[in-house]
Amino acid sequence: MKNIGNLKEFACTPDRFQGGHRLCPGCAHGMIVREVVNATEDDLVISTATGCLEVCTAIYPYTSWDVSWLHIGFENAAAGISGAEAMYKALSRKNRSYNEDKKVKFVAFGGDGGTYDIGFQSLSGATERGHDFLYVCLDNEGYMNTGGQRSSSTPIGAHTTTSPRGRVSYGEKNRKKDLTMIMAAHGCPYVATAVPGSKHWKDLAQKAAKALSTVGPTFINALSPCTTEWKFKPQDTVEIADLAVETCMFPLYEIEDGHKLTITYKPKQKLPVEEYLSRQGRFSHLFKPENSWVIEEIQKEVDRYWEYLQRKEEAGV
Amino acid sequence: MAEKYQLKSKEVWDGNMAASHALRQAQVDVVAAYPITPSTPIVQNYAQFLADGYIDGEFVMVESEHSAMSACVGAAAAGGRVATATSSQGYALMVEVLYQASGMRLPIVMTVVNRALASPLNIHGDHGDLYLGRDAGWIHLIANNPQEAYDITLCAFKIAEDQRVRLPVTTNQDGFLVSHTAQVVEPLQDEDAYKFIGEYKSLNPMLDTKNPQTYGAQTEEEWHFEFKATQHKALMESTSVIDEVFAAYEKLTGRRYSRVETYKLEDAEIALVLMGSAYETAMVAVDKAREEGIKVGLLMPRTFRPFPYNEVAEKLKNIKAIAALDRSAPMGAMGALFNEVSGALLANGQSAIMTNYIYGLGGRDTTAEHILEVIKETDKNKEAKKRVTDLQGFINLRGPKLSFN
Repeated sequence: MKNIGNLKEFACTPDRFQGGHRLCPGCAHGMIVREVVNATEDDLVISTATGCLEVCTAIYPYTSWDVSWLHIGFENAAAGISGAEAMYKALSRKNRSYNEDKKVKFVAFGGDGGTYDIGFQSLSGATERGHDFLYVCLDNEGYMNTGGQRSSSTPIGAHTTTSPRGRVSYGEKNRKKDLTMIMAAHGCPYVATAVPGSKHWKDLAQKAAKALSTVGPTFINALSPCTTEWKFKPQDTVEIADLAVETCMFPLYEIEDGHKLTITYKPKQKLPVEEYLSRQGRFSHLFKPENSWVIEEIQKEVDRYWEYLQRKEEAGV
Repeated sequence: MAEKYQLKSKEVWDGNMAASHALRQAQVDVVAAYPITPSTPIVQNYAQFLADGYIDGEFVMVESEHSAMSACVGAAAAGGRVATATSSQGYALMVEVLYQASGMRLPIVMTVVNRALASPLNIHGDHGDLYLGRDAGWIHLIANNPQEAYDITLCAFKIAEDQRVRLPVTTNQDGFLVSHTAQVVEPLQDEDAYKFIGEYKSLNPMLDTKNPQTYGAQTEEEWHFEFKATQHKALMESTSVIDEVFAAYEKLTGRRYSRVETYKLEDAEIALVLMGSAYETAMVAVDKAREEGIKVGLLMPRTFRPFPYNEVAEKLKNIKAIAALDRSAPMGAMGALFNEVSGALLANGQSAIMTNYIYGLGGRDTTAEHILEVIKETDKNKEAKKRVTDLQGFINLRGPKLSFN
């Protein structure tokens, strides 16, 4: 497992994910991906689901990837990487490895569309089969590559182009699917949540390093604040991510062996959800008097879930 | 090392078992598969070979055909020999990824045990799945019996993996009629079969991590056309490699395969064009018709893709009337073979009276008697020197006669 030192040291790791890509200024995807791919000394083979990351990083004749990289479709990043991992195993067993001196690790990236929704079957299958890979969900809570449509990760109350606010609508009606817990329920040896940014960068890097050094299927759900569709200023990405953590809208925790939960960061003083919601245009309509009940509901749910996580951690079962 | 499988010089295998042994002998590095009738026994046989120590490679039992082909793409891009099998709905679920496999020029071999497409649900043989994948950029080879299923599958690896080709290949056999019909098959011994195919030769493997590869990039209007044209060129020009591989296989086994197969066509005045197990039924019908003085022959494209236009035209140059028999619901057009053969003739300045027959959908029986009827109708067109029969007819369809003109 790679030792994650200080930020300066970590930032000086030779880039396996190069700049010059076409992700939006202020996009969190690039920060998350850089941290993950730099969290191991081993070589990498990566698959990526169709989505923002894919369309912005491998536009022929260019590529941002200084590691082997595969994109097949929207729904099959996990199946694709499971095939590559199977080939690695087969060739190792047959003494036909391409580089005998190097270990290879397998990572799949998908947005929440490619992970929570259309790619969920493929992810569940690859996980159940026990392939040795890390799946990282870049969770920006909607189909942002195609103009901000809802996904099953979109939180209640959020405006998206397919769950719009309107004369009689407060936006998304359904609660965000709890994918991290669903992945834990697969019995994965390691699952975690994470956010990019200056405050919690080490939390993310350490989780990635831990996942990459764990044998078997591992999963990290990384919140990826989307300047374009969440409607906040590009320079505020990190602050928004931090607020998600401080309000417990997106708590940081990890689960080992499918059950042993550890909260990796506890806010000293949990902030009210308004602090997070009010900073994003996608929730602006919730601050109209007729929608104030939605904010109350969100707060109630956040409180309940935070309580649940703490009880589960204490119980240690 | 995998155990050597003791094979007799003659085995009694159905098409599924024949294909299973071909995969085993090819020492495939990764098989990722999902079972579906009637190709399920291939997946089961392979699992048993693995359980008995006859296989060194990885066997990935995925949760769908979509993931089966996706895992095949990942495995092939990683850099090794890859194969799978499917049928019908499973093939339909794979279609998206079939295009991606060929677009990335990955030499995956897939046995397709041909079966009808729902709805209505039907587990029996027709060519609906084969036709669905027609434009997917794969080489499509046809096998008419278990021996051919075995032979053609071995050849498929050698064709797909040739550095001049690097394209995925399907080997097609009719559901149940071939897949579940046991016949005598003369297999090669394991070492001879493997030697024929040869070691896997890699090209841009992802697992050569010292030389990172990007697979599945995006191209828009400035590059997509060039990629697709190059891919098409490789498919069109794979003919020379296919010929080479068939010639090498003949040298090894004495069994001769051609991109265009014919039967009694040399002196024929009329011809039937068809693919699959019905080709053998049609041989019986041809013999009967010849006893009655009808000079009829048969033609089958062994390679449905790349379609052998010029060879088909050459073989049919003296033919006055042709019936193209398609085993797939044509849905608003003539059948694919009708269209391809007509185009092949016209492109070479030839003409013949063309008719189309749809037969055998969903496993409907097509007997030599049925085909003899088609021969007689085709002969009528020849005698009349114009089409006097229906343009498109349906063989052995119950209810009122259905035809189109």
